Amino acid sequence: MRRSLLFIPGNNPAMLQNADVFESDAIIIDLEDAVSISEKDSARDLVRFYLKSTAENDLEIVIRINGLDSKYGLADLKAVVSDKIDTIMLPKAHAQDVKHLVEILSGLEKERGMKKKIGIIPIIELATSVLETEEIAKQARVSGLLLGAEDLTTDLGIERTKTGSEILFPRFQVIYACAANKIEAIDTPFTDTKDESGLSADCKTAAELGMNAKACIHPNQVETVNKYFSPSQKLIDWSLRVIEAQKKAEANGLGVFSLDGKMIDKPIIERAEKVLAKAAKFKIL
Amino acid sequence: MKIGIAGTLESNDVMMTVKESDTPKIVIESIVYDYFSKQIRDTIVSTLEEMNIKNVDVLCQDRGALDYAIKARLITAIERMEE
Amino acid sequence: MKNQINREVPEGFRPFISSNNYHNDEYRTIPEKSKHNQIVFLDSLESAFSLLKISDGMTLSFHHHLRNGDEVLNQTAEVVKKLKLRDLHFAPSSIFPNNQILCELIQNGNISRVTANYLNGPVAKTISEGYLKNLLVMETHGGRARSVETGELAIDVAFLATPAVDKAGNGTGAIGKNACGSLGYAIPDLKYAKKVVLVTDTLVDRLEDPEFPSEYVDAVVVLPNIGEQKGIVSGTTKITNDPVGLKIARDTARLLSELGMIQPGFSMQTGAGGTSLAVAEYVKRIMQEKNIIGEFASGGITGYFVKMLEQGLFKRLYDVQCFDLEAVESYRSNKNHLAMTASEYGNPHYPKPIVNSLDFVILGATEIDTDFNVNVTTDSNGWIIGGSGGHSDTANGAKLTVITTNLIKSRMPIIKKQVMTVTTPGEDVDILVTERGIAINPRRTDLLEKLKDSKLKIMEISDLLKLCHRITGEPMAFKHGQKIIGVVKYRDGSIIDSLYQVKK
Repeated sequence: MRRSLLFIPGNNPAMLQNADVFESDAIIIDLEDAVSISEKDSARDLVRFYLKSTAENDLEIVIRINGLDSKYGLADLKAVVSDKIDTIMLPKAHAQDVKHLVEILSGLEKERGMKKKIGIIPIIELATSVLETEEIAKQARVSGLLLGAEDLTTDLGIERTKTGSEILFPRFQVIYACAANKIEAIDTPFTDTKDESGLSADCKTAAELGMNAKACIHPNQVETVNKYFSPSQKLIDWSLRVIEAQKKAEANGLGVFSLDGKMIDKPIIERAEKVLAKAAKFKIL
Repeated sequence: MKIGIAGTLESNDVMMTVKESDTPKIVIESIVYDYFSKQIRDTIVSTLEEMNIKNVDVLCQDRGALDYAIKARLITAIERMEE
Repeated sequence: MKNQINREVPEGFRPFISSNNYHNDEYRTIPEKSKHNQIVFLDSLESAFSLLKISDGMTLSFHHHLRNGDEVLNQTAEVVKKLKLRDLHFAPSSIFPNNQILCELIQNGNISRVTANYLNGPVAKTISEGYLKNLLVMETHGGRARSVETGELAIDVAFLATPAVDKAGNGTGAIGKNACGSLGYAIPDLKYAKKVVLVTDTLVDRLEDPEFPSEYVDAVVVLPNIGEQKGIVSGTTKITNDPVGLKIARDTARLLSELGMIQPGFSMQTGAGGTSLAVAEYVKRIMQEKNIIGEFASGGITGYFVKMLEQGLFKRLYDVQCFDLEAVESYRSNKNHLAMTASEYGNPHYPKPIVNSLDFVILGATEIDTDFNVNVTTDSNGWIIGGSGGHSDTANGAKLTVITTNLIKSRMPIIKKQVMTVTTPGEDVDILVTERGIAINPRRTDLLEKLKDSKLKIMEISDLLKLCHRITGEPMAFKHGQKIIGVVKYRDGSIIDSLYQVKK
């Protein structure tokens, strides 16, 4: 369960060792686009030893590896797969690539006697992937999908705009594929790190459309993203009342009940439970 | 002459230069020398031992890197030297 | 001998007892200099030396309102060098990197005494290396006012850079080629030095409201340039863009809000550092959200506070020095942007100094120890890199003192078991905010009570230190050099710590 995922460049010790102070729900340690070709080896070694030095904590650790078609992807996996990480983020992913990654992960986990089963977040950033979103979302171990609008608009040869009408379709693809498969839809980052009101507007839109989380490319974005993707106090209060009313109804042997004149049935109760679980996880209860 | 360099001189980082040598020595230049020179030296020595590397000069130009970064940059420099 | 906080004090000096001990001191000022109407206008500093018969061993004072753009201190030093004067006592209120000519004069014995509230750059380095013949004396901004008024710092000639002077010899900082705004630190010198020389580059007809009334002035030297206006803005007075610093600032604003410190009519001050200034930004957002208007903001004033004044968020600004050109412009034109003298600001013996009216102050630190003693004078290797400035004054006067700093800077833990130099005593420091945790001084049981249900990461300072060492590793023990080369005077003139020659 995440609201915010903060990208951290993998070859930068100052950012790595401060990654956990920014209060994002997850950090994405980037071995791919944030690292130049000549430094792929440096970054890999740095991240490997950084992970060894960290203590267990609540923060979800995601590693964006290089594509498995490159000469770096497999080396990245061998360097980072351990109980210290939670998720692998796979760039330019198709269903086939995810299947391949699942195989490699299973092998490494067994070989290393790991307790954890590492999750996968494929990035939807090619036109072909967008058309395959549902198939990708169905794959084993996939806990969420990230929309990568920068690379996607490049793939289409169009301009990326702040209002984002050009990415409505891929946003919906990701949202519905994730909802149908009960995984998390993660929105593309807002790239103008100085435009605070632009970020808020983008978060509001994404949340209203049905995105569950958003990637951040600068620590200053985390607070805003967390705010927009957290359940509101109003919603939390309503959910608490629903659960309380449900307990009372059960105690009186009633299956269905009403609250504020509204009939409360199973889907509404489930929604309330989800909201409260989220609120508890994000410590806003 | 086989030489390997890794890391940067940015704050919190370290630049490691390793070079094949018959008279191996470790030279440490650090902005926190008075407080962490021993720790830095220990990390370098133990890393060389782990990797079973004996005949190298190590030049460590440290800008306040933590142990994990010192170890990582040293290992990358050695890997580059051996390429 | 050791003082009450167990720091070394050289012979012949009064040891620090406690931060409020000045209440027990009698305050006896020397008479103000006699006012008169005989002013001489000169065209060179050398003529002033001649006229006033400046000789070996005298004390010359300066203010630092032109900061890193000041030329008056430098050009006066050039004259000293030319005339081969020796054993002079230079008392500039601060010394900046562009004053490096003083290094030569110190090394050659032209200057054998220095008193300053802040030193940074080559001169600080030279003194740390042990070249100054006598002990360096560092005062606080408020303490230096006290020193001058009591004659403890006895000034023979004050050379006061004055952006504009009129035909009658009145001076102001508000206008002129190199306008610098408030001249707060110069006022004690103006009134109590034996002789006063205004050094200007802009002559005007008549000044209405001069900070330097001509009755105190003995001579006016007119130079082509007294400094460089752009030099007023220094790196330390810009808001930080380090994401860790911004997080600390956000948490500090949250903390202040939880403590109920941001209420209608509140007052605040921030230090000059980038993180302290960022706190002002986040406090402003809370004020705007809740429609809160503050009574005043004070201190060294930057454009951030000017904007807040203009937006009606504060009723008044009390300005002891302008840190940038927006502040200078506002000082000149906004009637609610008021000057305050160094005494009005922070002299502990002044009837109601502004620092005593502060609800909270946000300050920085190079080091802080587990007793909450703060160092802003030296770095962890013993080099002089700053000085109290108004740190000790505001920490003592304000109802709440918050230190904002990174926990770790390039592997160096900011928390130590013992700081290299104590600038401000722990009894005046209430809260430490870092990116990994917040520590409250155990003396403040009231704050601990208020924050007991807070979601902020509040912990014991010793636990924060342990956390720090888990990340950096435990540092080797490092002791300062043996030779004392200076003293840190607390606001009341007692010695709170000594300064040591750096080890070669």
